[in-house]
Amino acid sequence: MDFLRPASWEEALAAKAEHPSAVPIAGGTDVMVEINFDHRRPEYLMDLNRIPELTDWEVGEESVRLGASVPYTRIMEHLRTELPGLALAAHTVASPQIRNRGGVGGNLGTASPAGDAHPALLAAGAEVEAVSVRGTRMIPIDDFYTGVKRNALAPDELIRAVHVSKADGPQQFAKVGTRNAMVIAVCAFGLALHPATRTVRTGIGSAAPTPVRARTAEEFLAAALEEGGFWDNGKVVTPSVAQEFARLCSAACNPIDDVRGTAGYRRHAIGVLARRTLTWTWESYRTAAGEGKAA
Amino acid sequence: MRVNLTVNGRPQEADDVWEGESLLYVLRERLGLPGSKNACEQGECGSCTVRLDGVPVCSCLVAAGQAEGREVVTVEGLADDEELAPIQQAFIDAGAVQCGFCTPGLLVAADEMLERNPSPSDADIREALSGNLCRCTGYEKIMDAVRLAAARRTEGV
Repeated sequence: MDFLRPASWEEALAAKAEHPSAVPIAGGTDVMVEINFDHRRPEYLMDLNRIPELTDWEVGEESVRLGASVPYTRIMEHLRTELPGLALAAHTVASPQIRNRGGVGGNLGTASPAGDAHPALLAAGAEVEAVSVRGTRMIPIDDFYTGVKRNALAPDELIRAVHVSKADGPQQFAKVGTRNAMVIAVCAFGLALHPATRTVRTGIGSAAPTPVRARTAEEFLAAALEEGGFWDNGKVVTPSVAQEFARLCSAACNPIDDVRGTAGYRRHAIGVLARRTLTWTWESYRTAAGEGKAA
Repeated sequence: MRVNLTVNGRPQEADDVWEGESLLYVLRERLGLPGSKNACEQGECGSCTVRLDGVPVCSCLVAAGQAEGREVVTVEGLADDEELAPIQQAFIDAGAVQCGFCTPGLLVAADEMLERNPSPSDADIREALSGNLCRCTGYEKIMDAVRLAAARRTEGV
């Protein structure tokens, strides 16, 4: 094994072009587990910790350009307003020690269906900034996950950042596990209301081969909210609408039985999380809208 | 490869380090600092917790080469010469040590939390220590110890 220590982003891209099999390591919370357990013996291990811009973020007009290695702890502490869904998801990652090291770039690189960031990214809307010596391309998050632990990156590409749309309405994230800390999601759900476009977006984790959106459920809910004038009248969402939204979210799952839970349980739980997160986000929206009118 | 790092304030040099080796292995097997414990090797148990440039991390998940030029504080670095650190004394006084295997990681994590948050609520303590497993105590004595250390700190004892 060779240990590569690029001192700059350009050096890292050059090294990745020269050694496409090089495994990037930042927080190490996935890669080191595989090495410790002898599940992986990469020819080249490439440390990205010496590239300071990977731990920076920039808040722009429309989106936050989040450096690939910004630790979850920072996201929780500093980006709760701009990226509430992702901040909530970040807080459910493992433990303080892991959140101090791990970041969204690694979550995307590993592309586990159980990665905590994915449902929040899918719900908010995001693009992955993939870079190689050949240039930069922006991969829409909807096209990024291509299979179980597979993503759309080319062998010579590295994740520089993820551009996450700033919240234009309430967002929520919920995760099922046996305890609050140190849990790989049995399943997880992210929901974002987008009042600006009168749409909603979802993200489902750990209940399909890849993180997925429940598109039919999104379309149903957007149409139901529009039809009932809910965005304007701020009324409580009809229980039958919430129920149908939950059912459609369950139907979007394609889960398996494993040690953490059965497929049936996952399908059921996603429906429950969908209904709950809809209630929570809609309550926030109504309250904010009500306050807006009063003022 | 060779790795240079600062451990508990002293410059250290580790030779013949395998490229896939963890910081934990370097500390224990190459630098003679067995305080940090090796249990799960997957970041689940927190018994290998050290501070890397001040931040608590699982040293089993830091590649040795990533620690090049960095500052590491292990449980061996908490005590001031012969005198135990307040958090260590509190663990003894509260009876928070049973088999002791999880203790070093808990001490490093609790010490860092008290530095950041001198008057933690019970929820703060539970969250700060949520990445450290103890299979003996049921955590109650550990909670007592951290509360005791916080109280002594506030009283300036």
